[in-house]
Amino acid sequence: MDEKKDVTVCSGCKAELTVSEMMEYLCVCPHCGKHLKISARRRVKSIVDPGSFRKLKCEVPFLNPLDYPGYEEKISSLKEKTGLEEGVLFGIGEIEGRQAVIAVMSSDFLMGSMGIAVGEMITTAFETADRQGLPVIIFAASGGARMQEGILSLMQMAKTSAAVKRFSEHGGLYIACLTHPTTGGVSASFATLADITLAEPGALIGFAGPRVIEQTIGQKLPQGFQHAEYLEEHGFVDQIVERKDMREVLSRILKLHDRQKKEKKNLLDYLRIGRK
Amino acid sequence: MIKELDEKLMAIRTEVYDLLENNGDPHRINELKKEYLTLAKTERVHTPEERLYLARHKLRPKVDEYINTIFDDFFCQRGDRLGKEDESIYGGVALFRGIPVTVLGHRKGHNLQENMKYNFGMPGPEGYRKALRMMKQAEKFGRPVITFIDTPGAYPGLEAEANGQSNAISENLAEMSALKVPIIAFVTGEGSSGGALAIGVANRVYMLENAVYSVLSPEGFATILWKDSTRSGEACDLMKLTAQDLFGYGVIDGIIKEPVCGAHHDPVKVYEEIDRILMKELKRYRAMSAEDIAKERYKKFRNIDAKVWKR
Repeated sequence: MDEKKDVTVCSGCKAELTVSEMMEYLCVCPHCGKHLKISARRRVKSIVDPGSFRKLKCEVPFLNPLDYPGYEEKISSLKEKTGLEEGVLFGIGEIEGRQAVIAVMSSDFLMGSMGIAVGEMITTAFETADRQGLPVIIFAASGGARMQEGILSLMQMAKTSAAVKRFSEHGGLYIACLTHPTTGGVSASFATLADITLAEPGALIGFAGPRVIEQTIGQKLPQGFQHAEYLEEHGFVDQIVERKDMREVLSRILKLHDRQKKEKKNLLDYLRIGRK
Repeated sequence: MIKELDEKLMAIRTEVYDLLENNGDPHRINELKKEYLTLAKTERVHTPEERLYLARHKLRPKVDEYINTIFDDFFCQRGDRLGKEDESIYGGVALFRGIPVTVLGHRKGHNLQENMKYNFGMPGPEGYRKALRMMKQAEKFGRPVITFIDTPGAYPGLEAEANGQSNAISENLAEMSALKVPIIAFVTGEGSSGGALAIGVANRVYMLENAVYSVLSPEGFATILWKDSTRSGEACDLMKLTAQDLFGYGVIDGIIKEPVCGAHHDPVKVYEEIDRILMKELKRYRAMSAEDIAKERYKKFRNIDAKVWKR
């Protein structure tokens, strides 16, 4: 029994992966390359400079606007299980010395669904970055709006999108990485409003889920429909980036967007050198 | 129960109109009127499921009727300028009491044939892009934007996904949040999911008394949470999707009263009320700067957090 617990079966090729393999390959199957689920905490660790991440807090009191039976118990047990306050882990970290606000959605938390708390955390991430003049990096993973909070969940789509717009108007850089799955109310709000959109290989990305579409059109969907590769082909993703390369790619994008002061200085240095 | 009352009242109404037109027996007309009033008195407060029934009623006023009665000189605008015209969004430029406005909404048909043509009021990305094009143009010319929301949701289909349904909706949310002209929205029928919100990020949102507005259709809600779409009645009771619920949350700004048994029994009353609201609101926004109008809207949605909900 105990032995079995230590083994993860790859959902792609059914290979059995040990804990150390999972650690070493960042939860990517070394046999077939399938990107398996990685916890929010491990995700942060995989991209930031060691010890540089400071978690940001955002106090959102628990609400059960629909009086949904068992909702409060469900949330408390998830908090305990994941060690997260809600569906987003966010804070300020450094990637090769460059600071950014980093927010990672956790699909362990009711499928990463967006209710009031998640909406508030994402909005706070943008507001914090706006105040401090930092870029925002978001790892999206969500089934969409959180049904259990009804219309207030829907309104979080407007709230987060408005926050991105304001941040963007002030010149902020926003990088989104769409991971498996990014659908519904999250894909139709802040997740698709980035300056640079990355995606993980094989991630399911779309508005309506495949099952709903199949029911609507009454036929099977083509192979690979709504996968990251399909989106890239249709012009909705800049690049598909493997997990092992993510830190390097993010670092390069940040470098390309270093704030103007530095650029000006570089340009002056260049001109001075040129004059010599 | 509501269905029965609705049909009975409608039958009497039709008969009265018929008699009036053909110089019928005045005694019979009086009798019918009395019967109508007695029946109307039996109306109880509707359950959420009954309201959903009324919100989806095939005779309920549709966007073209609102536009034709409340506005003058309507000029219809078509196409997203990216390669497609999506008829599930209907709109253009019109005059409201002499003031040019941009007016648009989800388009449902009056019969099956029309509904097929308008895709039952379920836009694809092209529809949302067309709406945004109209709204940006309104901003350019300083025209207020008025939207009518009535959709089962954004269309879930292969082509819609391939053309970027998510992106089209998110783009509308972001752009509307910062638009420099006032936006006033009316939820007239059903407002479901991001498909409704994509033309609903407004300074002021009004809802008809029997309209519903929710994160997803009750059928979708039941499917996601219980994997059983037939439990939509139960979902209705749970979802808090009525105008009264939303007003309590502060998500909407006002409720428009409907005639007994729904707007389709006396639409003129509803048109008049919308006319009155528009007059009041547009007057208010005339005195505000473009920046303040955008700021007001931003604040409205920014503040939908844990505080809005108090019992």
